[in-house]
Amino acid sequence: MFNEILTIWSDQAGLSAAIWLFILVFVAYLARNPAHSLILSTGHAIHAACRLFATSLRHLESSLQRRNREVVLALGEDACERAIEREFHRVNAVVTRDLSAYPALHRQISDTIDRIEEDYQAATDVPPLPPEWLQAVDSIASIPRSGDATVCSILDNIGNTLENAHRETEKAYRKTTLGRHKLLGAMQPQWRKLGHSLARVKETIDGLDERSLEIDRQMAAYEAIRKSDDTIARTLSSSSLTQFFISSLVLVIAVFGGLINFQLIAMPMSEMVGGTSYIGPMRTSDIAALVIIMVEIAMGLFLLESLRITHLFPVIGSMDDSMRKRMIVITFSILAILATVEASLAYMRDLLALDREALTQSLAGNVIVAEAEFRWIPSLGQMIMGFILPFALAFVAIPLESFIHSLRTVIGIVALALIHSLAFLARLLGGSARQASRMLVSMYDLLIMLPLGIERLITGSIKSKQRIGDSDDGVEYLMEEKS
Amino acid sequence: MKKIILIAALSLTLAACNEPQSKARAVYLLLDTSGTYTREMDKAQSIINYLLATLDSGDSIAIARIDSGSFSEKDIIARMTFDDRPSTSNQQKRQFKAQIDSFVDSLRGGSRHTDITGGMLQASEYLRETGAGEKYVLIFSDLEEDLQKGHIRDFPISLPDIHVVALNVTKLRSDNIDPRDYMERLDLWKKRVDEAGGSWGVINDLERMDHLIAQR
Repeated sequence: MFNEILTIWSDQAGLSAAIWLFILVFVAYLARNPAHSLILSTGHAIHAACRLFATSLRHLESSLQRRNREVVLALGEDACERAIEREFHRVNAVVTRDLSAYPALHRQISDTIDRIEEDYQAATDVPPLPPEWLQAVDSIASIPRSGDATVCSILDNIGNTLENAHRETEKAYRKTTLGRHKLLGAMQPQWRKLGHSLARVKETIDGLDERSLEIDRQMAAYEAIRKSDDTIARTLSSSSLTQFFISSLVLVIAVFGGLINFQLIAMPMSEMVGGTSYIGPMRTSDIAALVIIMVEIAMGLFLLESLRITHLFPVIGSMDDSMRKRMIVITFSILAILATVEASLAYMRDLLALDREALTQSLAGNVIVAEAEFRWIPSLGQMIMGFILPFALAFVAIPLESFIHSLRTVIGIVALALIHSLAFLARLLGGSARQASRMLVSMYDLLIMLPLGIERLITGSIKSKQRIGDSDDGVEYLMEEKS
Repeated sequence: MKKIILIAALSLTLAACNEPQSKARAVYLLLDTSGTYTREMDKAQSIINYLLATLDSGDSIAIARIDSGSFSEKDIIARMTFDDRPSTSNQQKRQFKAQIDSFVDSLRGGSRHTDITGGMLQASEYLRETGAGEKYVLIFSDLEEDLQKGHIRDFPISLPDIHVVALNVTKLRSDNIDPRDYMERLDLWKKRVDEAGGSWGVINDLERMDHLIAQR
């Protein structure tokens, strides 16, 4: 078909192709202006459409950015509120626990101080005053002795009396000093007690001081969130990403834990629900085992929700305390029952495995050996695992909550990146289309360069003739003017 | 959105309502008790032990002998469908093994004729009745059919979706002289099984029985 069309003008393919080329070039030359318009308008249309698309994507991007910011700030606000609430709870606990006893402590400190003061007063060093008559005696004793034996004897007696009085006074002073020392010694435990009491008060006050600093910090962050600060938004966003990766990691670990749990109970479950019935492509016993694990996880969710550790279900969180406590007891009881069922199933699994092993051995013709000495260790291990794993799985609610909260931010960021890339691609495509249309116009002209060249030659000669004609007319005009 | 949810719910309901194909397996082992094959019973016992170890709860097994007229219920030595519960199923396997051991101990002398076709017909009936999803007929024989005078077996048989596997096909003395006899025997049975709608296989090395029955 192509050959027939090609050789329509001549049997010689080259000649025929040349004629076709000539026709093509001629037709293209004739259609130059509309073709140029078509190419340029197509390029412009694509460019405009892409620009429009990119603009709408930019709008979408900015609205998504706003939404992401709102989500991040809302999450941050919520977290801040919770943190501040927690800090206030702690302050309340400290005040209730320690400062409620402060009046008693204060009284104790006051009593101790009073006692110390009394003891101090009692321990005041008052030197004993010599008796009043000592001065008179001293004056008499200082009278010069005249040699009279009687007078001398009297004076000696007075001197002796004076010495005795001094000795008595010193003795009494020593006694009172000893008493004061005893009092001061008795004051030592009071000081220590006072010191301990004051240290306790200081500890409490320091704790409160730390809490108040933490509250200040949280309040500053809260205010920044309320003001929609860019820095805090960026910090919260990066914190969300960190939370996302950490919670994902913990969830993966939980999934592996769930798989181990499933392996523990799937086989013995066939003893309860039969091993031959299927629901879809899965065994009913496997589904039953999965259901038990799912129920355990659900109970764990409700338990942590009731304990107000997680906040996935506002209905549970907003229940009154008595109802919440009832729910804690119920969910924990169900969890404990399921854990016990799992432990028994794990034990049954061990028994079944033993029975199967014994059967395989007998089928293989091997002599059944006596039961191993420490065979109870893996049995006990399986039972403990069966009991512990449900409780461990119950805590999956914490990373799950973090994952769900951070997932919103992550999805927003990914969507933002996608929209940004799409907008860039749209702009690139629009620009490329415009440049391509210009290039096509040039290529078109390149294809018809021969007729274009001829046209230029002809128009050039006509223009030059016109110019000569115009200049001749001008000369004639000037001549006429001069004449 | 509501429509999508409705369509998804309907699809799930319809999928759940479909008749589920049984995942149970049924095995019918034909033991050739003619002539020299009675000396091969220890191998047959190891095959049965392998089957008992491989089959699970809900699966069925039947062991029958090939004698002069095998299209008979009397030729079934033991048959059992294992219980849903693994512990009971293990007990059943022990009982089954005991039955087979007692049969092997009591086996004296072989039958004069070999009616393999009759045994396969009987196997086909049994397997159909089990309603199992996977059906196997295992033939422990040299595949040399020797019919009693008057017995008619040269008609097309029906073995729909049944895997027929010949085990331990011993070479006869005449096969050593002309191996084409052996090849022809195998080809003849393959053709008959294929025409009957089943699939054919041969395992001579019993060490390779691992892939005989699809593991779950």
